[in-house]
Amino acid sequence: MTVSTPGDTFDGVHAHAGHGFLHSVESGAAVDGPGMRFVFFMAGCQFRCLYCHNPDTWKLHNGRRVEVEDVLAEVGSYAGFLKFAGGVTFSGGEPMLQAAFVGAAAAAIKDRYGLHIALDTQGFLHGTVADEWFDNIDLVMLDIKQIDPGKYRVLTAQPLQPTLDCAERMVRLGKPLRIRYVLVPGWTDAADDVARMADYVAGLGPLVELVEVLPFHQMGISKWDRLGLDYRLRDTPTPTPDETHAAREVFRSRGLTAA
Amino acid sequence: MNVMIQTPLTDPWEGFSDGAWRRSVDVRGFIQANYTPYAGDAAFLAGPTERTSKLWDELGVLLKKEREAGVLDVSADRPSSITAHDAGYINRDLELIVGLQTDAPLKRAIMPNGGLRMVENGLDAFGFKPDATVHEIWTKHRKSHNQGVFDVYSSDIIACRKSGVITGLPDAYGRGRIIGDYRRVALYGIDFLKAEKLGEFHELDDAVFDDTTIRLREELQEQYRALDDLHEMGLKYHVDMAAPAMTAHDAVQFTYLAYLAAVKEQNGAAMSFGRTSTFLDIYIQRDLDRGLLDEATAQELIDDMVIKLRIVRFLRTPEYDELFSGDPTWVTESIGGIGLDGRPLVTKTSMRILNTLYNLGPAPEPNLTVLWSDQLPRGFKDFCARVSKDTSAIQYENDDLMRVKWGDDYGIACCVSAMAIGKQMQFFGARANLAKALLYAINGGVDEKSGKKVAHGFEPITGDVLEYDEVVAKFDKTMDWLAKTYVKALNTIHYMHDKYAYERIEMALHDRDILRTMACGIAGLSIAADSLSAIKHAKVHVIRNDEGLAVDYRIEGDYPAFGNNDDRVDDIAVWLTETFMKKIEAQPYFYRNATPTQSILTITSNVVYGKKTGNTPCGRRAGEPFAPGANPMNGRDKKGFVAAGASVAKLPYEYAQDGISWTASATPDSMGHTEAEQVRNLANCLDGFTKAGGFHVNVNMLKRETLLDAMEHPEQYPQLTVRVSGYAVNFVKLSREQQLDVIGRTFHGSM
Repeated sequence: MTVSTPGDTFDGVHAHAGHGFLHSVESGAAVDGPGMRFVFFMAGCQFRCLYCHNPDTWKLHNGRRVEVEDVLAEVGSYAGFLKFAGGVTFSGGEPMLQAAFVGAAAAAIKDRYGLHIALDTQGFLHGTVADEWFDNIDLVMLDIKQIDPGKYRVLTAQPLQPTLDCAERMVRLGKPLRIRYVLVPGWTDAADDVARMADYVAGLGPLVELVEVLPFHQMGISKWDRLGLDYRLRDTPTPTPDETHAAREVFRSRGLTAA
Repeated sequence: MNVMIQTPLTDPWEGFSDGAWRRSVDVRGFIQANYTPYAGDAAFLAGPTERTSKLWDELGVLLKKEREAGVLDVSADRPSSITAHDAGYINRDLELIVGLQTDAPLKRAIMPNGGLRMVENGLDAFGFKPDATVHEIWTKHRKSHNQGVFDVYSSDIIACRKSGVITGLPDAYGRGRIIGDYRRVALYGIDFLKAEKLGEFHELDDAVFDDTTIRLREELQEQYRALDDLHEMGLKYHVDMAAPAMTAHDAVQFTYLAYLAAVKEQNGAAMSFGRTSTFLDIYIQRDLDRGLLDEATAQELIDDMVIKLRIVRFLRTPEYDELFSGDPTWVTESIGGIGLDGRPLVTKTSMRILNTLYNLGPAPEPNLTVLWSDQLPRGFKDFCARVSKDTSAIQYENDDLMRVKWGDDYGIACCVSAMAIGKQMQFFGARANLAKALLYAINGGVDEKSGKKVAHGFEPITGDVLEYDEVVAKFDKTMDWLAKTYVKALNTIHYMHDKYAYERIEMALHDRDILRTMACGIAGLSIAADSLSAIKHAKVHVIRNDEGLAVDYRIEGDYPAFGNNDDRVDDIAVWLTETFMKKIEAQPYFYRNATPTQSILTITSNVVYGKKTGNTPCGRRAGEPFAPGANPMNGRDKKGFVAAGASVAKLPYEYAQDGISWTASATPDSMGHTEAEQVRNLANCLDGFTKAGGFHVNVNMLKRETLLDAMEHPEQYPQLTVRVSGYAVNFVKLSREQQLDVIGRTFHGSM
């Protein structure tokens, strides 16, 4: 495979609109945006979140090289179904690592099939694209991993601010938002952190249609092992249903819808 | 308890429309002219009455004993018939709808006409003693279906049966898959039906008395006598069915007793109930309007009927249970669908019968089957989806595909077999194992497990790498041989079943002149397709044993697998479906002019098929279970269930008119954040699958942990229900192997 892009470096951005790298697809997702979603899991992410459940998507070139036409072909046979049942979601990895390609693919899907398009991102790279880039994105699912900048950096190896800037930019653009927050015992579940997060999200205003509090799970462990990576959350428990419920209630108490 | 309802009616048809249905048997005409479509939601439904709960609890004690013993009791002293047993009750004071197969609940009957060996092995397996008189009669004075079949079988049929390349033939027990129109008894009463049969008989008085006419005349007499027996059976329960039903209670009671007569006399592999709920709704609505019922008492009638349908039992052998696990009876009831005039056939009673899964808790029987169309009312769709989510007890079949073929009064027999009720029957034909047949093509007809020659006149492939064109050419010839042997067996079986174990009451509730289908079937479709895909798109090396027999394969490279909506392999599966059907159709003779069809269905026998089939070129190991029905092989569908469903939906119903079965499982959490989302997403998926031409889907919404816990603590999950290929089972009644197979199948939960 000849690729004339920056390599598979930690902070490398794949800047080509003509082709991208796809980790996998999921045709029957129901919790990755409204309704039934066809999800493109784009390869590559510059974050190294300690609780990542898809570490196999970190490396860009582990993905399959695809062009816009390939993406259209993947979606094509489901377009009629997705039109009334849901839509398409770009997830990852971090889809904005391949923003040029994802933007082109989203535009093509919008143009050919008129489907609802959601973007599942941590927002870090939003500054690499112009406002118009978001025109074909109907919903942004923004993953805010911690509200405390110090803890954020420990958890993700990246700074928090770009993600918050992204949230505020989406508000400015009038973009409907879903906020995703992974509840990780010992890492993100401190009462103060949850409360500050809830305050922040509530402050974003009515464009936030839903806050998804996702209980941490251990289903990624086998992938860490297979990749020979050091998994530091091996002994971290899964939040109890009560704990997850309590965290959701914190968001609800601010007038937000939480699930 | 016989509830004495003082009825002011003197005319049982008072308030019903005029029409041709009054003059000759036409249940569909009656339904169309009299039913009240319901487009609302489920809010009107009532919970169980105290009486219902008490009766169900009392039965629960017996069901627990039965689970522990396997079989609670057997009436081994007499061959069963419509009138062989006295009335029996669970608790006479609590029962609204009466009638048991024998004189006590869960006491099984013996039906040696199908085969004495099945009866005696069944008795033996569960610690009961065969009766000497019965033994003498069926060895010295009376022949069974089973004996008749084996008198005729050829050595090639027996070899196929033994190796498992053809499996599950109904040659040792009742064939089933015949649905009497049990509604006729309620609508017309037995006297009217007898007069019709007599008329049909005399119409043939001047016909040429060839063997067809003679057989038919004899059968009509048998049917007439069976109607007399049905009347007599009713009287034992103080129910006189000579005249039509006057009330909803009568209508439910008569319909059930007519069905009961069938299951007293036949232990068919599937004894399905038909399409009764909208028919019964007409009577319930009339009684609601007359003030004789309210919602609670209307629901109670349906609950009580369903209690009875849940305890239909047959005595079977452990080998049979291994093949068809979980002791299924396939009391299939078809619900919903759209009429030819475009009106949904959904009534409040369509909802009431689904509501039994809440009122009595989940259960595998009756096998509740929703005839789905995106034209169904939203309220009904949402309720179905909710019940599926909560109970995993419903299957869905594509009404839009079937209606154009079979009209709007068909029902499903067994799992996926559609038939116009009272106008059509099928000759059930089990399955040919296409995956194994592919191995025969490679090994020149020698069985890969036994090393014995099963198919004669074939040469093996000798190359070290399988060449697609060579394999396909040999497989084509092997399928010719398989189809020929298979149809010979089926002709024999059905000739003998008519002769020695004729379904006289079921056929009495049919028209005289009916459509017969001969329902062949294939198993191992995804394995055969994946194997051919591997041969075509990757490189498959053959590994032979010392005798030169191909016993294993090494795959070099990747190949597209069925279940990922990839035409490169899906087209192979379509080609296989069409090709085998054409080879069946090419056979020179079908008993009683039957129209051949085929299904892609394995029931749970996918585990047994796996045991009987060696390593396959797709990489599947010897003994590994097949995927059920038309499912992709476990774990090979990498793109989620919508893609898997899209692959299955490509299989052409035109070439598989006996049905195409797909089982899909998901965790509830993966289907949406809230219950409302889960319900809507599931209903939308059903719409999408139906629109794509998908034929059938079992929907399981289960948590993996629940199933694992149920394996460890079965006593805590007596009603846990899981849908398998075309029917549902109590999970705790499956063998451990089958439980693991169910769990191991792709759980489409979010990872």
